[in-house]
Amino acid sequence: MCGICGCSQTGHSGKLTPVQGKIQPVLKIGHAQTLSQVDHPPLDNARLVQVEQDLLSKNNAYAAQNRHFFQAEGIFAINLVSSPGAGKTTLLVETIKQLQGRFPIAVIEGDQQTQHDADRIRATGIPALQINTGRTCHLDAQGIGLAVMQLAVQPDSLLVIENVGNLVCPASFDLGEAHKVVVLSVTEGDDKPLKYPDMFHAADIMVLNKTDLLPYVDFDVEKCLAYALQVNPNLQVIQLSAKTGENLAQWLDWLAGQVARPSQVTPTRGIASLY
Amino acid sequence: MHELSLLENVREILEQHAVSQQFSKVRQVTLAVGQLSCVEPEALRFGFDVVMQGSLAEGAELIITELPGVGHCNQCQQQTDLPTLYAPCQHCASPLVTVLSGTEMKIKDLLVN
Repeated sequence: MCGICGCSQTGHSGKLTPVQGKIQPVLKIGHAQTLSQVDHPPLDNARLVQVEQDLLSKNNAYAAQNRHFFQAEGIFAINLVSSPGAGKTTLLVETIKQLQGRFPIAVIEGDQQTQHDADRIRATGIPALQINTGRTCHLDAQGIGLAVMQLAVQPDSLLVIENVGNLVCPASFDLGEAHKVVVLSVTEGDDKPLKYPDMFHAADIMVLNKTDLLPYVDFDVEKCLAYALQVNPNLQVIQLSAKTGENLAQWLDWLAGQVARPSQVTPTRGIASLY
Repeated sequence: MHELSLLENVREILEQHAVSQQFSKVRQVTLAVGQLSCVEPEALRFGFDVVMQGSLAEGAELIITELPGVGHCNQCQQQTDLPTLYAPCQHCASPLVTVLSGTEMKIKDLLVN
């Protein structure tokens, strides 16, 4: 019996020579490929352990817990993502000004450093918690769960998670939100959806911001939308200017409509059960 | 560099399996990374040795196998190869293709003793 994987073959001679420097295709045939194309001698009683576990399994478990809690409490949570400077915080401040008083709103701010964004949100009078990620380039679901407990987010409310300004890393990390909303501004290139496809694929809503600047920049809206739909055929797009308020109503109506929807899930246990 | 966070997760998963499967040393780690996933294999290789230092996988070999991207064409309704998230359908060239697989990133197996 093979001493590594326990199979009935005996012909695994040769050196332990993993092929490096190049990604190897996975072939759907026998033994050698299951051992990652390594010819192995049965040295030192080494054995193969099948794991088949997602690298994000821990984050995804926390995200599932968060999502269940949000649904049970009627908390409509969105994860706002963009590159730095696309106007997430401005959009958020204007959104709060317009919707404040209709239902409770809470905000979790993610930045590598400083309290600046949370200070801007708190100036509107609503609770905000700043998470400084330090060297990390994204928020994760565990941090969000802890922040939600600390903020004591109210039932039947809007929770906005403003992620770290980064069009790459936050795409991978589910936070338990109902929607990932990607904000793109017209001062960026119209080919951003193709350059950073992961984020436009992970999001289901795209806000095209700063439309008041369209006369002054070389930004082809039609081309941008075609690129975005090429990456994600199901992407919904809202074009607006957070600064001038142009078409902001479409965004506000959508948010308000989502918060008003009754919960589909029966409350079972608090979010603290996982922490 | 979210690859470093992912490698921290790899280390945690190895430590959990070391208890449940009773091993004390990891000789080789095989990851399966989808062609459409958000990770860069070279960045994983770059960080692997650093993150595994001091763990039961210190000095282990890292093998990365790639899983192909596969999509479903919304236009011609056929299955198509999808090397990138924006690749058109290989049959009818429609850009409207829904991803079926290729975004995975997982630990496949370990060589341990």
